[in-house]
Amino acid sequence: MRIACPYCGERSLDEFVYSGDATVKRPDFASPTAAVDFTRYVYERTNPPGEHRELWYHSAGCHAWLVVTRNVATHAISKVESARDVALGEKSQGKDAT
Amino acid sequence: MATPHKYASNSTQPNRLNSGGLIDRSRTLHFTFDGKTYSGHPGDTLASALLANGVKLTGRSFKYHRPRGILSAGSEEPNALVELRSGKRREPNTKATMAEIYDGLSATSQNRWPSLDFDVMSVNSLLSPVFVAGFYYKTFMWPAALWEKLYEPAIRRAAGLGRASDDADPDTYEKATAFADVLIIGGGPAGLMAALAAARTNARVVLVDENAALGGRAIDDGSDIGGNPAHEWLRTVEAELARTETVRILRRTTAFGQYDGNTYGAVERVSDHLSFAANGVPRQRLWRIVAKKVVLASGATERPLVFGGNDRPGVMLAGAVRTYINRFGVVPGHRAVVFTNNDYGATTAAALKRAGAEVVALVDTRPQASEAVKRVAMDTGTKLILSGVVAGAIGGKRVTGANVRTQSGDIVRLECDLIAMSGGWNPNIQLTTHTGGKPTWNDRLHCFLAGTFPPHMTLAGAVAGEFSLAKSLSGGAAAGSAAADQTGFKAVSVIVPKADDESDAITPMWRVDNPDGKAFVDQQNDVAVTDIDLAEREGFRSVEHLKRYTTLGMATDQGRTANVNALAIMAELTGRSIPETGMTLARPPYSPVAIGAFAGHHREKSFKPTRLPPSYKWAKENGCVFVETGLWLRPSYFPRPGEKDWLETVTREVNTVRNAVGICDVSTLGKVDIQGADAAAFLDKIYMNGLKTLAIGKCRYGGMLREDGILMDDGTVARLGENHYFITTTTANAVKVVQHMEYCAQWLWPELDVQIVSATEQWAQYAVAGPKCRDLLQKVVDPKFDISDAGFPYLGVGEISVCGGIKARLFRLSFSGERAFEIGVPARYGDALMRRLMEAGKEFGVCAYGTEALGVMRIEKGHISGPELNGTTTPRDVGLGGMVSTKKDFVGHVLGNRPGLKDPERPALIGFRPVDRSQRLRSGAHFIARDAAPNASNDDGYMTSVAFSPSNGHWVGLGLLKRGPDRIGEIVRAYDPVRGGDTLVEVISPVFVDPEGGRVRG
Repeated sequence: MRIACPYCGERSLDEFVYSGDATVKRPDFASPTAAVDFTRYVYERTNPPGEHRELWYHSAGCHAWLVVTRNVATHAISKVESARDVALGEKSQGKDAT
Repeated sequence: MATPHKYASNSTQPNRLNSGGLIDRSRTLHFTFDGKTYSGHPGDTLASALLANGVKLTGRSFKYHRPRGILSAGSEEPNALVELRSGKRREPNTKATMAEIYDGLSATSQNRWPSLDFDVMSVNSLLSPVFVAGFYYKTFMWPAALWEKLYEPAIRRAAGLGRASDDADPDTYEKATAFADVLIIGGGPAGLMAALAAARTNARVVLVDENAALGGRAIDDGSDIGGNPAHEWLRTVEAELARTETVRILRRTTAFGQYDGNTYGAVERVSDHLSFAANGVPRQRLWRIVAKKVVLASGATERPLVFGGNDRPGVMLAGAVRTYINRFGVVPGHRAVVFTNNDYGATTAAALKRAGAEVVALVDTRPQASEAVKRVAMDTGTKLILSGVVAGAIGGKRVTGANVRTQSGDIVRLECDLIAMSGGWNPNIQLTTHTGGKPTWNDRLHCFLAGTFPPHMTLAGAVAGEFSLAKSLSGGAAAGSAAADQTGFKAVSVIVPKADDESDAITPMWRVDNPDGKAFVDQQNDVAVTDIDLAEREGFRSVEHLKRYTTLGMATDQGRTANVNALAIMAELTGRSIPETGMTLARPPYSPVAIGAFAGHHREKSFKPTRLPPSYKWAKENGCVFVETGLWLRPSYFPRPGEKDWLETVTREVNTVRNAVGICDVSTLGKVDIQGADAAAFLDKIYMNGLKTLAIGKCRYGGMLREDGILMDDGTVARLGENHYFITTTTANAVKVVQHMEYCAQWLWPELDVQIVSATEQWAQYAVAGPKCRDLLQKVVDPKFDISDAGFPYLGVGEISVCGGIKARLFRLSFSGERAFEIGVPARYGDALMRRLMEAGKEFGVCAYGTEALGVMRIEKGHISGPELNGTTTPRDVGLGGMVSTKKDFVGHVLGNRPGLKDPERPALIGFRPVDRSQRLRSGAHFIARDAAPNASNDDGYMTSVAFSPSNGHWVGLGLLKRGPDRIGEIVRAYDPVRGGDTLVEVISPVFVDPEGGRVRG
């Protein structure tokens, strides 16, 4: 498998470390439901077929965290984004909503 | 067509033709098979050379020990497996059809005793009615205990194939990566045309072929291309490809797997064909090839026909017979019967005739002969038997005749020494299925073709069902042009040379009814038609059951000559169509690949890189004993002459630190430089304790949790400036912590302005510990810096210079419990500083100490380390509960407060000493109340770390004990049944030395 790092270009799988689900969001520690929220955040995962957004770390490259959209049935990668950009985008959207 | 060959006068190779083929007759090579010397020529495989010498018997079969010979001329060979070389280089199960000969090659037959000619175990053949499918499962059922001790070892001795060498492989293997615009797999007519077409566009082309010489079936069939013999065409094509700088041709290279991301695995046999690999040249090279487009031109494998005795030496695939004649100049028999269900039988008869052999009969299963077949029969004067079958091959260790059943049902016995058979072709579509592609059955060609396959792949030639030479050439050219075009290179027109457009007509015949003798389907695993019958009768009708019940297709050849025949026979038996019956999907590898090739240079000491600390050279010069800590080779202890064991050495090192001064290389600890306007806020998120109050010029101990509340790592945080921090991690977690910090900075809190960089390798860092540490340091620290207690108090940090202006950092930290500093210099000065410190410390009685003394002193002080930071402990478990912030948001805060993790019954850190002070403690021992039975329900925890404490004069331990801190003074058992230990220990404070901590500050 090969991943197109937005900073380094297309690189082989062995430069990267897989690190889980990019769709879960770290909850607010001060919320009254924090204990339940964090339990779900840390432990609960669905395992849907098809496209999945997941976090990868370019450990043998630029140390960027990436959000990779990958079809877990075919391994086809349709999108690779900088995790920082994705996270900043989501945070600004969250602010707009509130 | 070429003129008839004549036999060579060379009487040592009686079956060698005097012309033709791609071998070099001007040179003679000598090799041995089962101890006897034979000769051959460069270009020969072991199989072709043996056939040239008239050797037909090459091995004994897996189960019945039946005599077996050479069936094929390629990597599909199920029978002619040999051991090559001897001693450390002995290599079992090598296909004689793929091994090239060299001067001095020694090959041995397998699975026979005492000799190939007289094999005691061939008695199994007489018992074949007993050794049916499932025999072992049915027979050796009881008593179960005997299976492991008696049955299995005996069966493995009798069956099985070659023996691997017991010694380490002395050869080297390497790995390489290639990038291509167009990768072409297969160097036959289709692949070569594709290569030409792509190469002319200047695309980067990689062409791989598993054989030593290119040309594929164009050479094997002795065809004409563009009006000239194929080898002349091949020479022209190879010359053009060699001239083109963007083309790389990898011969002797098998593309064995297709992986995600247009990535292919291939193994190049770099020097397997040489007597000696030149110095530095690997034996094999594992390629990873990444290609934008791929032209698969992997050809097809001929199917055997299934008749009685079809495994006898002298029964060969018809295509292989043509290959031996045309590629190697060897005629494998002198009186041949050709048995076929398609038009390639006629081609074979013609080739045999041209090579001077007699063709006794062309037996065709079909009622009518095509024009092509009639013409060949007429031209060569061959007797044509239509609607006929070979019911059985006659002979034992070699074929002596064929029993032919004619249309009328009569049996005619024909004398012959060769039966050439063709049951049609199976396209080599394995690489199309490796990432999930599914084949489809073709009713006209009667074979599986690639159904779905990755979009970057194009098929050309026989693998695409284009069996004729003309179609292979044109298909290859079109595929090569299209592939280059799709990768952005402008296609250049390629003239496709003229060639025969042979008929691919076939009428399937999956097995001969009422065979005369045992009819084999899978020759390597000795699976006969009767076994498939039995599987069907016993209900193992799905392909997956059939495979597992009979072992069909599960040998080293993955059933390349067997699977489709077996599937078709099962379809016939169950009255279903072949697609209804199923298909077998290939997994990588296409052909077996040596483990050594996958390992490459990553073996023994090179399995992982070795990291050397800055003082390594000095330590080595001073007799240091090292220990592997992750990738690091760390000084463990420094024995001196006269010391009788490690304990005496370590005790001396500890006493030196406690009474004078010692130096320890702590460079392996992870070091991370953190800067940015939000650096402090960031550290507050990742450490469990508050760091906001940490002043510039100060250090603080810190702990990090995982989000689930378990301790991840600990270390120190030093504040060097307003927005500049420098932290340390444990040696083991250095990489993991940086990854975690990057995760937090980029993903969890991307709005924070913070930059993180690992500086582990940039700084050499030494602990200088002991009451005389300051005296020593004053001799190397430049005088303008005040390192007195007042000027540089405990937990201070400062940027200083040493040895006359070399930049350094000084930390007032102690892991030993003594007054101590850590001094860091840029790594390039690490060796020099170590030498300077040791020189300067002589007058104070300095010694170097390693991880052993370091460990003893941290246990004496009750400091936690790896055994306590073991992925199951919380801060509270190890006595750090008071450090954890209750106010701020940090990783692990919420889940660390789960009731289960705060349960007072959880084992917590406490100290232990043996009641009988002379007794030794062992880590791993479990604690049991003094009067309780030693069982799991009474388990109160376990000992994590122990050491002989020189300061106390007896062993001490740290451990996790239920309600440990409340049980001081209690006596419990440290129970260690694995090592026979059962020691009474006293629960005491975990700080065994200087509990008030006065020394560290003094």
